[in-house]
Amino acid sequence: MATIDVNGKSYETDEEGYLVDLSQWNEDVGGYLAQTEGVAMTEQHWEVVNFLRDYYNEFQIAPAVRVLTKAIGKKLGPEKGNSQYLYELFPYGPAKQACKIAGLPKPTGCV
Amino acid sequence: MAGPEIKAPAFREYPTIPKLQPASMAGIKSYVASEKIQEAIGFPAKLDENWQVTHDKAIAKMGELLGKYRGLKVFMDSCVHCGACTDKCHYFIGTGDPKNMPVARQELMRSVYRRYFTLPGKLFPRLVGARDLTKDVLDEWFTYYWQCSECRRCSVFCPYGIDTAEVTMAGREILDSVGYGQKYSNEIIGKVHKIGNNLGLPGPALENTLEGLEEDVKEETGADVKYPLDVHGAEVLLVTPSADFFAEPHIESLIGYGKVFHAAGISWTLSTKASEAGNFGMFIGNYDQLRKIAMRIREAALELGVKRIVVGECGHAWRAAYAFWNTLTGIGAGANDPFSIELQKQLDPNYKQPSHICEVTWDLIRQGRLKFDKSANDHRIITFHDSCNVARASRMGDYPGGQFDIPRNIVKAVANNFVEMDVATVRERTFCCGGGGGGSTSMASISWRRFVRSAKRSFPRFCPITVSTCAWSVVCIN
Repeated sequence: MATIDVNGKSYETDEEGYLVDLSQWNEDVGGYLAQTEGVAMTEQHWEVVNFLRDYYNEFQIAPAVRVLTKAIGKKLGPEKGNSQYLYELFPYGPAKQACKIAGLPKPTGCV
Repeated sequence: MAGPEIKAPAFREYPTIPKLQPASMAGIKSYVASEKIQEAIGFPAKLDENWQVTHDKAIAKMGELLGKYRGLKVFMDSCVHCGACTDKCHYFIGTGDPKNMPVARQELMRSVYRRYFTLPGKLFPRLVGARDLTKDVLDEWFTYYWQCSECRRCSVFCPYGIDTAEVTMAGREILDSVGYGQKYSNEIIGKVHKIGNNLGLPGPALENTLEGLEEDVKEETGADVKYPLDVHGAEVLLVTPSADFFAEPHIESLIGYGKVFHAAGISWTLSTKASEAGNFGMFIGNYDQLRKIAMRIREAALELGVKRIVVGECGHAWRAAYAFWNTLTGIGAGANDPFSIELQKQLDPNYKQPSHICEVTWDLIRQGRLKFDKSANDHRIITFHDSCNVARASRMGDYPGGQFDIPRNIVKAVANNFVEMDVATVRERTFCCGGGGGGSTSMASISWRRFVRSAKRSFPRFCPITVSTCAWSVVCIN
């Protein structure tokens, strides 16, 4: 198993760099994971990440892309409620890249 | 992931065989399943530390499979190495690695087969190209049997009809039996057993997503289209890949199913228990997993008391449903054992059980129960990609080739601008999108490269809308 070191603390990740224990997540870890993905976090990025974490806490799964875009649209205005906006923030996809930064497991299946 | 530099070949009317790049893919390997993933589905956690134990277990398993699956034995014996399959495989075309030629991929197992199961191989191994099973050979199996998407395009061109996918499945089954599983597939199987679908979407998440869809469709069309979950007494149980609940643009398929049932006035339901049509048990060649996953659908059908079972758009799911559900789960007509009769008594004999959503839709169109404004699609040029498992391993409708015609008929019924792709890449000759076979997500970069390289020539260079009947094809082509 791989590990990452953030602020002197060690965190376990899987082969693809996803955090193994999501309860260990904090903003510093999120920021570190974003760095490894080459994503410069802004307030807009954190909004998506925080939504993902809230949804995961409630449903034990990341939201469907549509649910995510709709929620962002409601919060930030309809012009941002589309997947293009999310792909601009997270070029490798809201489901995979944003989940990774949020400390959630990678979605599995034909997606 | 580091790998060979692969560029898409230039478009040519007649493709040429790529230059060989020996071992170019030897270093690209699927992730190995962890002990936790293996144990969760009842497989040995890891390879035994004593190689002899692993060796003996693998050979015993191979013997068991050769005895159980007559096809496998025939495929081991009958190849004449004519090479007709070599340049038909998208993995080989895309990578140039000679071990990705279907004949060579099979030879990885065939050479071991000769050593342990044929007299000349036992007596004079070097004369007949037989080799001992070593750890290196087992590693090579893992590498290359996970670089096959079980699409069976090579089989179409094989004069002996050798089904490479069967060999790949046997290879994976042997690997699993000695504790050498693949992470992606085995993790997914574990999620189906535990939660009910490949993605691991629990009931409340499904409910939340479906409620959102009802709102969206209402907003878009003004119609009260329902996306019901776990409704007892509905006529139709729709079973679809869980990607349809989660990903874009898959979810558009699910939205479409609801619209079709709404417009036709058919009561239907989805099921939390049977929230996955896909069946990765098939990809790993494991009968017990295949059956256990399929049984969830039988159980849901009995619990909900539905009259019809309809399968959504997933290539390999339709193969599992069309070819295997009959004996696995008693869904399908003809059997007269008590297990099958229990469900037959409940299901409506006036309909094919199971039916593909395309069959249902096409029947409704022919009956005039669905009406379309074709001109609304006039700005689109639409082509159809045949998904491998639907094209080469199943059928739709009541005549051979129905699986090719029915989806195209539907596209033509709703749009005016349909174009067919290159004749060498459609119907039973369709190229794999690169997604299937259970090797995909953990090797997404390969699947993308091989798709670009091998399939580019099959897609018209202007960019049409591509319609497919498979969730993975949708991902890869998009």
